[in-house]
Amino acid sequence: MHALTAVFQDIPVDLILIQTVNGIVTGMILALVASGLTLIFGIMDVVNFAHGELFMLGAYIGVIVMTATGNFWLALIVAGLVIALLGAAMQIATLRPLIGRDPLNTILATFGVSLILQNFALWYFGPTARRMPTPITGHFTFFYLDYPWYRMVIALMSAAIIGGFYLFLKYSKYGIWIRATTQDRVMAQAMGIPVPWVLTGVFALGAGMAAASGVLFAPLVGVDHSMGLDWVLKAFIVVVVGGMGSLGGSVVAAIFISLLEAYASIWVSPSQAVIVSFVVLILTLLFRPTGLFATPK
Amino acid sequence: MTTTPLDNPLSVKKAGLSHTAVYWIGFCVVMAVLIVAPLVLPVFWAKFLTEILIWGLLAMSSDILIGYTGMVSFGHSAFFGLGMYGAAGALLLFPPNLWLAILFGLAGAGAAALFVAYFSTRLRDIYFAITTLIFSQIFYVIIFTWTKVTGGENGLIFTRPHLTFAWLFDQRFDRVTMHWFVLAIVAGSYLTLRRIMHSPFGMVLQSIRENEARTRAIGYPVQRYKIIAVMLSGLFAGLAGVLYAVQNEFAAPDFVYFITSGDTVIFNVMGGIGTLVGPIVGAGFFQLLRELMSRIFGDQFPYLIPLGVIFIVMIIFLPQGLMGWARRWLNK
Repeated sequence: MHALTAVFQDIPVDLILIQTVNGIVTGMILALVASGLTLIFGIMDVVNFAHGELFMLGAYIGVIVMTATGNFWLALIVAGLVIALLGAAMQIATLRPLIGRDPLNTILATFGVSLILQNFALWYFGPTARRMPTPITGHFTFFYLDYPWYRMVIALMSAAIIGGFYLFLKYSKYGIWIRATTQDRVMAQAMGIPVPWVLTGVFALGAGMAAASGVLFAPLVGVDHSMGLDWVLKAFIVVVVGGMGSLGGSVVAAIFISLLEAYASIWVSPSQAVIVSFVVLILTLLFRPTGLFATPK
Repeated sequence: MTTTPLDNPLSVKKAGLSHTAVYWIGFCVVMAVLIVAPLVLPVFWAKFLTEILIWGLLAMSSDILIGYTGMVSFGHSAFFGLGMYGAAGALLLFPPNLWLAILFGLAGAGAAALFVAYFSTRLRDIYFAITTLIFSQIFYVIIFTWTKVTGGENGLIFTRPHLTFAWLFDQRFDRVTMHWFVLAIVAGSYLTLRRIMHSPFGMVLQSIRENEARTRAIGYPVQRYKIIAVMLSGLFAGLAGVLYAVQNEFAAPDFVYFITSGDTVIFNVMGGIGTLVGPIVGAGFFQLLRELMSRIFGDQFPYLIPLGVIFIVMIIFLPQGLMGWARRWLNK
């Protein structure tokens, strides 16, 4: 009995509280990245390997616009738009010629794109990481916990973007086009929906979401050319665990995995905490290989 | 990945020679050139050629999955790296012996391959590709952070073992014998893999590529075949890792990182998947372009940008790779 209470006393309650909030905040950004990825996969059958690079380039553009104008919200919008355009161009140049071929070709092609974008960033921006000033510097106190407002804003913004996107898919005309294209491409085409442009639009949308999450995340750690791979890997894990093509699954899985990693990093270094998410992936593959929330297709 | 079988005879019926004869003549000519090369080439290019052969072996091992079974692996760096670290372990812990290093390297890569195969073969297509990538990253994190055993960021450094054959023969490696040793192993692996891919086992793998559901319906235990394919592939990738470690006298975590896996896939696509020789050609093509670009434009030149463009153009317009293109051209 005494041993048990000793164990509970050893658990740092305040640390756990902080890490819970941190985990949810990171989880929301991850959810935003992963929902773009799962959207592109669910609708186009394309695994976008370059998603992490779009995230990274978005963050870079955010830093540039922010240092030029000092306006964070402008940076967010500009980065989203520019990367959406880049995504559209990328889809037209590399993925459109591959429509109808084995989907594995698309993972190879987007891998090539990620190679180009990453090395472009290294060559153009240099190897040193860029810092981005935090747009909102205030703190608030919650019980005895002191927490920066900006992290809360990130979580709320991510939730707002994902929520807005969900409503867009569900109710708007173009959202209905997108869902129609997912269900039956040929039929959608026959009903007069410009399917190739819907696919391009979806890719641009996913790219824009990746860029937005990059800008939101940039003030927390700084921006460098190699940050893309970490994020795309995490997003892949989230998407596999949550079930490919399931938006809700991605959000839940993103928060779940980020929370676990946040707790794990109380006891081990953050680079080792990544292993926790790998273990979640392995367990998911063992017991539910289609993902926890997969929608039957 | 659907490909048309590339084992079509080179159309040389006009010359009156059988396909087999032409194949073996071609094989002997290439071998002769590769045997003589280190004696003729300047030191830099000779070493360059040896490395191309090692990368080629790595890419060839991955071709078993990409080209023959239709599974794209983005995790071959794990097997390559485990081969490297296995060899390093054997050379550091025991009196240095080449064959023990190879044995340990293969054991390491085989164990990693069993682990990866058991989980990732539950998934297909894109999911398989992603899970192999994630698994290779697990090995990277472990090797990178377990500093006590693996040397962490600095890796392991050791001295090259002697070339020995039982009690008969014991000689220090020099540049030329190293090349010949690598060449012998790569050529041996190529012939072994070619034999395996033409065996009933290889045919089942190709039938999985063409139509997995049907192969299962005929009664083949598809998952077991896939596990064996991944393990076979992992073992040969590990062998490449051992060779690389022995040649360069170190094992470093960089080689377990995703970039090695990515390069492996690029070699395959550039050279031509499903040909076994193609990946070696692809490795040569890639490394040569890279070397030329850094000589023309300087070391800082981001050579992966033009190579990435070439890679994408080849996926779209030349899905059969250089070898496929060469075959079609020869068949004209």
